[in-house]
Amino acid sequence: MAATQEEIVAGLAEIVNEIAGIPVEDVQLDKSFTDDLDVDSLSMVEVVVAAEERFDVKIPDEDVKNLKTVGDATDYILKHQG
Amino acid sequence: MSPTNRTVVVTGIGATTPLGGDVASTWEGLIAGRSGVKPLEQDWAADQAVRIAAPVAVEPTEVIPRPQARRLDRSAQFALVAAKEAWADAGFEAKAGEDPAVDPDRLGAVIASGIGGVTTLLDQYDVLKEKGVRRVSPHTVPMLMPNSPSANVGLAVGARAGVHTPVSACASGAEAIGYAIEMIRTGRADVVVAGGTEAAIHPLPIAAFGNMMAMSKNNDDPQGASRPYDTARDGFVLGEGAGVVVLESAEHAAKRGARVYAEAVGQGISADAHDIVQPEPEGRGISHALQNLLERTDLDPAEIVHVNAHATSTPAGDIAELKALRKVFGDDADHFAVSATKSMTGHLLGGAGGVETVATVLALYHRVAPPTINVENLDPEAEANADVVRGEARKLPVDGRIAALNDSFGFGGHNVVLAFRTI
Repeated sequence: MAATQEEIVAGLAEIVNEIAGIPVEDVQLDKSFTDDLDVDSLSMVEVVVAAEERFDVKIPDEDVKNLKTVGDATDYILKHQG
Repeated sequence: MSPTNRTVVVTGIGATTPLGGDVASTWEGLIAGRSGVKPLEQDWAADQAVRIAAPVAVEPTEVIPRPQARRLDRSAQFALVAAKEAWADAGFEAKAGEDPAVDPDRLGAVIASGIGGVTTLLDQYDVLKEKGVRRVSPHTVPMLMPNSPSANVGLAVGARAGVHTPVSACASGAEAIGYAIEMIRTGRADVVVAGGTEAAIHPLPIAAFGNMMAMSKNNDDPQGASRPYDTARDGFVLGEGAGVVVLESAEHAAKRGARVYAEAVGQGISADAHDIVQPEPEGRGISHALQNLLERTDLDPAEIVHVNAHATSTPAGDIAELKALRKVFGDDADHFAVSATKSMTGHLLGGAGGVETVATVLALYHRVAPPTINVENLDPEAEANADVVRGEARKLPVDGRIAALNDSFGFGGHNVVLAFRTI
């Protein structure tokens, strides 16, 4: 069963917390991974791989650069999840 | 800047070792004659020939925030813990530049390890095999590269004068400190954070060193297994951790009113050109390093009262070193209180030179030599060549200037001798 937007944001929040140590409540749709959440380019790869596994979705490298905010990632996962 | 011959001093010390998570607890353990060796309880240890090691007393993840720790190899975690302690101990309140007492362009970092990020390499290879290409951590390369501890310490303190990583197996930590002394002496830097680190308690290094017959298999008596100079010694016990010092030009230290532990007099270096792993039995290469030290510095053998020996508890190596000390120093060796602190910490490989420099500097500062533990039957060849501090710590002369040596030798035939003295 596909995850809802709320479930995806909660899942991304757990991933970002694990990788960057940001409190889960700070991970909101409008937050930028690099500017707000301490996720640098290498850590973004980790976030993507963890999200792929969690939400059964493939995020090709060429699409990763378009995922600037938590909202971008959430929309992408909503659209592409298996 | 043209070469100079500036005096170099030690103004900060830091350590995380099998005896404690900082310098104070490590020194307390060394003076008390405490062993940091334990049985290996991990599942993978069950079928190893060697089932003992000396792990750090305090896990670095208890000190380093998790997001930072998970992108550092264990060896870099140790280095960072020790470097931060040394940096604060030297009296700096923030990284270079933010603390105006040190100019980042005049600050260096030289941290070495013998093996580099071996646990990261092997763990990520397991990930590759078990979970596939996509799951290999994007942090793998900056974690496993041998210069990672140096680079991360350099980042933490803001070092821009140069960040270096000399590699010479178990002499690496000492070579790093020697390199740092030269950086300051020749005018390339005013302050350098230097030392050694190692994190190799993992099934592959344990199996490999075990199969070389280099390690003690005294699994039934972990705390008695590392026994340098004892007739029953049967190899080293693998330890882990880091030791780091802040070195500084005497002028720079005086200008900011820093506490000075000791003068870093200099280093003597040589190579055996004898065998890739066996020590030259008469200590010829070690003698050359000691002679090199005397030629390159104004060290007075009459002032030397203490040697923190390399002494790893191997049958051949321990004696070769003592023969070299006797050969080069003659009767002066009679007043060297020789301590093998690896009897307590185990052998930290590339971390050894760092931790033992901290121990050597403190021995001078407090004027007390740590003991060599587990010497029940002193090897007659040790007794004939040296005055080994056995059983309990020994007071060093209370008056006048005193000096001490810290020896480190590595597979490949690398010999590094560092000399320190009171100011």
